[in-house]
Amino acid sequence: MLYWDHAASTPPYDEVIQTMADVMRKHYGNPSSIHRMGEDAAKLIKRAREVCAASLHVTPSEIILTSGATEGNNLAIKGTALQYASRGKHIVTTRIEHPSVYESCLELEKYGYEVTFLPVDANGRVNPDEFASAVRKDTILVSVMHVNNETGAVQPLVEIGEAVKKANPLAVFHIDGVQGFGKLPVQLKEWKADLYTLSAHKIRGPKGTGVLYKREGITLHPLLSGGKQEAGVRAGTENIPGFVAMAKAMRMAGEQTETFMTEVGALRDELMAWIQKTPCLELNSSPKGAPHIVNVSFPGMKSEVLLHSLEEHGMLVSTKSACSSKIAEPSRVLLAMGRSEASASSAIRISMGLTHSREDLRRLLAALESAVKRLEPLRQEGLN
Amino acid sequence: MKYDMLMIRYGELTLKGKNRGRFERTVLKHVESVLSSFPAAQTQTEYGRLYIMLNGEDAAKVSAELKKIFGLHSISPVLVCPSELDQIIETSTSFIRQLAPAEGTTFKVTARRVWKRFPHSSHEMNHLVGAPVLQEFPQLKISMKQPEIELRIEIREHGTYIYSEVIHGVGGFPRGSNGKAMLLLSGGIDSPVAGYSGMRRGLEVECVHFFSYPFTSPKAKEKVLELAKVLSGYTGSVKVHLVPFTDVQTSFTTVGQDNLIITLMRRSMLRIATKLAERQGALALLTGDSLGQVASQTLQSMNVIGRATDLPILRPLITMDKNEIVDIAQKIGTYDLSILPYEDCCTLFVPKSPTTNPNLHVVERVEASIPNLEAMLEEAVKQTETVVLRPDSVIEVDREETIDENWF
Repeated sequence: MLYWDHAASTPPYDEVIQTMADVMRKHYGNPSSIHRMGEDAAKLIKRAREVCAASLHVTPSEIILTSGATEGNNLAIKGTALQYASRGKHIVTTRIEHPSVYESCLELEKYGYEVTFLPVDANGRVNPDEFASAVRKDTILVSVMHVNNETGAVQPLVEIGEAVKKANPLAVFHIDGVQGFGKLPVQLKEWKADLYTLSAHKIRGPKGTGVLYKREGITLHPLLSGGKQEAGVRAGTENIPGFVAMAKAMRMAGEQTETFMTEVGALRDELMAWIQKTPCLELNSSPKGAPHIVNVSFPGMKSEVLLHSLEEHGMLVSTKSACSSKIAEPSRVLLAMGRSEASASSAIRISMGLTHSREDLRRLLAALESAVKRLEPLRQEGLN
Repeated sequence: MKYDMLMIRYGELTLKGKNRGRFERTVLKHVESVLSSFPAAQTQTEYGRLYIMLNGEDAAKVSAELKKIFGLHSISPVLVCPSELDQIIETSTSFIRQLAPAEGTTFKVTARRVWKRFPHSSHEMNHLVGAPVLQEFPQLKISMKQPEIELRIEIREHGTYIYSEVIHGVGGFPRGSNGKAMLLLSGGIDSPVAGYSGMRRGLEVECVHFFSYPFTSPKAKEKVLELAKVLSGYTGSVKVHLVPFTDVQTSFTTVGQDNLIITLMRRSMLRIATKLAERQGALALLTGDSLGQVASQTLQSMNVIGRATDLPILRPLITMDKNEIVDIAQKIGTYDLSILPYEDCCTLFVPKSPTTNPNLHVVERVEASIPNLEAMLEEAVKQTETVVLRPDSVIEVDREETIDENWF
């Protein structure tokens, strides 16, 4: 089996697994206890926080440890909305956000917030000018992703950050960085980011851990009530082994970013070139996108059929994002990019990492070739 | 920008008459010890000034360290060029170019001809340099009052100094130039600030910390050592005397005068600190008292407590508000450590209503009723452990390494 679903989750580094097990065995104390075991646990959290902060070039007090990106995005969006409701109730985001952002915004609409969902172009990018005109005096939050999880489209964050802060310096700027960290350079200061979400299991760390960067000076209303962990923003006993292992994964992924860009980028280029010369396939990802995600449609054939056909050849890919792939609807992201229903319901996503070799890619191309050949005669005109 | 030199001005120590030389030598020694981590840099002294030739060292990094040195009034990063008109113009232009001024930046030239044989007067130089600079950088606007860039040119025989920035130093007197005091250092917010204030006035400070193991955790001791480490950043090193206080402290809980416990404790602390001061050759005690802040800091309490020692008690924070103290603590980097929540011997066995108006005769009678008090104080001094902390010291108190760096 070859696993081509790195945008959904990644194989943890061996070192991460080892660290997780060691810490779990040795340091089971509660960091809030004041005896030695508790102090030791608290020390580990402190060090983990420092390492995470160093990876993002921010200060440790700006790091909130979370259970992952869903929590991070929810806390960023609802926490800002609740905290700054007195300033206004307007939020700006895009049509292609991950469900944890998109659904959070829809939920806030029910509570009287107004959300502007900005459109994207055929490459899945938002024009920064759209932000400039959408952000108003009562806009309290702008949320945009760095890299789209379905297509790999990269947003022009420097220009967006500039447009947002120019239109309203008080608007909190949140970036969902889940698919970007370790794959592309991260420059929170240049982006003028106030909040930035990360998830460890997308960068070969453990599941159930994540980071929300919160710039000094921003206040979030906590979503979980209870203890005073994470400076009162996020109650709950800390996941010590998870956070230590995450810190390691962040350090390793951060250090490998450049290698990732060249090596995985080369695989992507080859895969894209192959798709472009195969007549019945439509490429949905831009060559200017992230190095690890290639989205392709096989119009006239439901995504799932191609997926299972590749699985038969030992190749595991996904349809849409993993979080919504079990819902049999056309991709919201592809529709927003102006693709037809036929394309949006026949797309598969191939996502890669440094664990893949040239040889792996050759095998994938062979599998794709025979699957496409076999399915081509079965395609249905106008199938949604 | 790649600067050639740092120009340093001394603070109020230049007001000193015949002791000035001693003060300058002390500060120079301190500067040289800080410069040991910048091996290429070299010092050069001149009346009233100190120059550091950077020889490639980073000006920002060196000045960040120098900013902590007491006795230095200000620091200016400088470009040096030969004292010839065309070279001065060229260097000035390159200086402005590297500052990359934005549209509308205000600007003026202030030239000073120290070497009177230079052919152009100070006034002429303002124009001779200002004109070509303005020509190359049309975005600059001349302004005589409070310009954003003041290009200062100092013409000397051996070279001309070009600079604009004046970075403020901490001022005060050079380290240790005004004698030695023992600082009663708790883990609170005030005493580290008192220590810093004393150091800034040229006191050499040694810390005395009382701990009550096993009632307090090693963590409390570690916290105090971390605080002392921060203080050592201002002088290069700091001595901490760790005094075991358990026996003395528990003896007070048995006399049935709960409201006097704090008074008794403070008096014993002063007595022990006085013994240590004698041993270490210190001439004063230094405390973080602030008038009226707690029961032991009322005037009546300070009177009764202070009579336990013959040494002068220096209380730099005595009239300060809590928020003023907190501001300084944050500025000098002790605040975040101070608020860590560990019990220390000052917060142990605190009675419900400590007296704000103790009676000296009662206190003396109670002390006389405690058997062996004097012997216990002597024993505490004997058992005192002394550590020397430097800014790069690693502090791990009585415990094995918990963090395996391989995990990160």
